[in-house]
Amino acid sequence: MDPVEYIPRIRDTYARLGYPPYQWVVSTEPPPWQPLEKPLAECRLGLVASGGIYASGQVAFHFKDDTSFRVIHTDVRTAELRTAHFAYDQADARRDPNVVFPIDTLRRLAREGVIGELSRHAYTFMGGIYSARRVTEDLAPRLTARLLADAVDVALLVPV
Amino acid sequence: MSSALDITAAVKPPRAAFLDYPLGHTTGKPHEPELQRAILVEALEAFTSLTGPGQVRHLPFRWSEDEAWKRSSMATDTRTARHGTPQYQTDEDRRRAAEAPPEACPACAGPR
Repeated sequence: MDPVEYIPRIRDTYARLGYPPYQWVVSTEPPPWQPLEKPLAECRLGLVASGGIYASGQVAFHFKDDTSFRVIHTDVRTAELRTAHFAYDQADARRDPNVVFPIDTLRRLAREGVIGELSRHAYTFMGGIYSARRVTEDLAPRLTARLLADAVDVALLVPV
Repeated sequence: MSSALDITAAVKPPRAAFLDYPLGHTTGKPHEPELQRAILVEALEAFTSLTGPGQVRHLPFRWSEDEAWKRSSMATDTRTARHGTPQYQTDEDRRRAAEAPPEACPACAGPR
């Protein structure tokens, strides 16, 4: 079976509810390109995830265009991880955060030498932000600056 | 990573790995660490196997034989209300966050 076509399906769902048409982000420019310059086994990997993950003790996300992010230390205990998001079924993510925040998986791949190392910090936010402008002008540059400061070689982005 | 091929194609990230799973399972099924590992190993291959901007690596995994989930996914509005205050998973989290001194929360990097 072909992949779900979410854009027309969500457009139809919203139309039935009487919402104005959702303005999907459509990039017209080709994306930038940076080839990997060394083997993955020598790379420091940064993890960025939009599933609303926070660690117990941190302030949770709110649901009205929250453009804040959380720093999750990658030695975090997996049992301390939580989710706060309004737009996906969090049941499985709350049973096992690795389905939207592959922290144990990446720690294992670092131990095994598949990746060089996992950066000390992962970054999380609540991706249900309906202002593309606020993501482009505010959240994304702050995350990019953090990843550059962490000197990561590659970044793995995990949306939901 | 991507679970939504058409949305990813519209956004055009430099490179992507598409896992044809229901939303909320971008990197695997719960409590299946061997599967989660296999998925990420395949996905990370995209860093070396893709040769130009905008390409997508399709990962060789299926959620289920019949893929019945595809008929209902996002066909109705299942979102919860968009509350403007922090939405804690547990009351214990709310208490712990309230007790944490501000400097213990450098992670709160955005407007509160």
